Amino acid sequence: MKRVIRQVFIAVLSVSMIGCATIPAGTQPSAQDPWESFNRSVFIFNEGLDNYLLKPVTTGYRYVVPSVARDGINNFFGNYNDIYSALNQLLQGNPGLAAKGLMRVVVNTVFGLGGLIDMATPGGLPKHKADFGQTFGVWGIPSGPYVVLPFFGPSSVRDTFGTAADIESDYLLRLLPDVALRNSLTGLRIVNARNNYYQAGDLLEGAAIDKYSFVRDGYIQRRQYQIEQSKAGDDDEDSTRPFQNPYE
Amino acid sequence: MKIHHAIPIYAAFVALTFVAPISAQNAPIDESTPNGLIRSIVSDVMASIKADPEIQKGNIARVVDLVEKKIVPHTDMRRTTEMSMGPNWRKATPEQQTQLIAEFKTLLIRTYSGALSQVRDQTVQYKALRAAPTDTEVIVRTVVLGRGDPIPLDYRLEKTPSGWKVYDINVLGVWLVENYRNQFTNQINQNGIDGLIAFLKERNKMLASARPSN
Repeated sequence: MKRVIRQVFIAVLSVSMIGCATIPAGTQPSAQDPWESFNRSVFIFNEGLDNYLLKPVTTGYRYVVPSVARDGINNFFGNYNDIYSALNQLLQGNPGLAAKGLMRVVVNTVFGLGGLIDMATPGGLPKHKADFGQTFGVWGIPSGPYVVLPFFGPSSVRDTFGTAADIESDYLLRLLPDVALRNSLTGLRIVNARNNYYQAGDLLEGAAIDKYSFVRDGYIQRRQYQIEQSKAGDDDEDSTRPFQNPYE
Repeated sequence: MKIHHAIPIYAAFVALTFVAPISAQNAPIDESTPNGLIRSIVSDVMASIKADPEIQKGNIARVVDLVEKKIVPHTDMRRTTEMSMGPNWRKATPEQQTQLIAEFKTLLIRTYSGALSQVRDQTVQYKALRAAPTDTEVIVRTVVLGRGDPIPLDYRLEKTPSGWKVYDINVLGVWLVENYRNQFTNQINQNGIDGLIAFLKERNKMLASARPSN
């Protein structure tokens, strides 16, 4: 099995490295994407990786692991990530959201079986994800050109440094002495992340005319939105209580 | 802390979590305001999805039916298409415009229905409307809370003689119209307006015959 994976991997890698992908004729050059030709070739590589490895593995994961367990796994990694979201909220100048983020971690770790159940969200403490790329953006660092990273996908020059900082500051796995366990957890984490947009991926396939530019434009818009939201100090203070429909 | 001391706290917390939101339900919904309208549509549609075992099993046709009955009447697809087309809209003949609206509408209904068919135990949080009573263009902001990460979902509405109409939505920070602008422009540059219409028709045909993956 390992050999097969390696062969597929090498095949995909070499195909993507043969040259830069051609940009479809008539495509309007985007000011934010000067490296489009290179980015498209990495995009194709990532798509291949997803089609031949990540998506089939995730499909198997969905088949083998019951949905309750998948939710638990997702909540567990989510609870861990909430620590970093809280840290970044603080760095972004949102101490209120940082405190709420920490409250989430405490509530979910203590009352949610160590993070397996998300008790905080229905309790009125919704998640506010934040990462270093966003933090740099809030600090006024411009995004720079759009970049598609191998394995990680859509990014920008700024967000590449952000991702590096995210990984550098991630201690969960580094402190684990057991190498096999550490690798399994990393694998599970990747599959869980892919599983989170399992159905959304198919929807995207149907909605986009040109998937590359659809994903790119969406990524750029979304990052901009997140940074603006954070700058506005969006703290949910003006929001109403969680609404549940009466027919449940 | 001994474990039996923690139990009452735990019970109180659970009770607070699940009981408190119910008190907010019974307030009457005013459909003449944009946020009241969105609230009324969303709670109606979500209730219908949760009550329909066919939809829970993944019957997309039923969702499409629901969307056409309950959501489409409150949208302005002409404006959505016009804005997505940008300057190319004026270059299209009235006939092409009609076709574009119809095909784009089908594509969006299809995509939207696919997303809606995933609704299980989500709840929707409504943010306070930041608008003056005289405004004719407003944004209604909501957050969908479910098992995964919260999904910000905003609606842009305009006031028309026949009531408030949605003409753009924002999912996770991405405005639909803005994201389709490059898609349309590129396709038109490559194959012209008729090429875009043909592409959308082909895509819709493909989506209609595709089976949902699960």
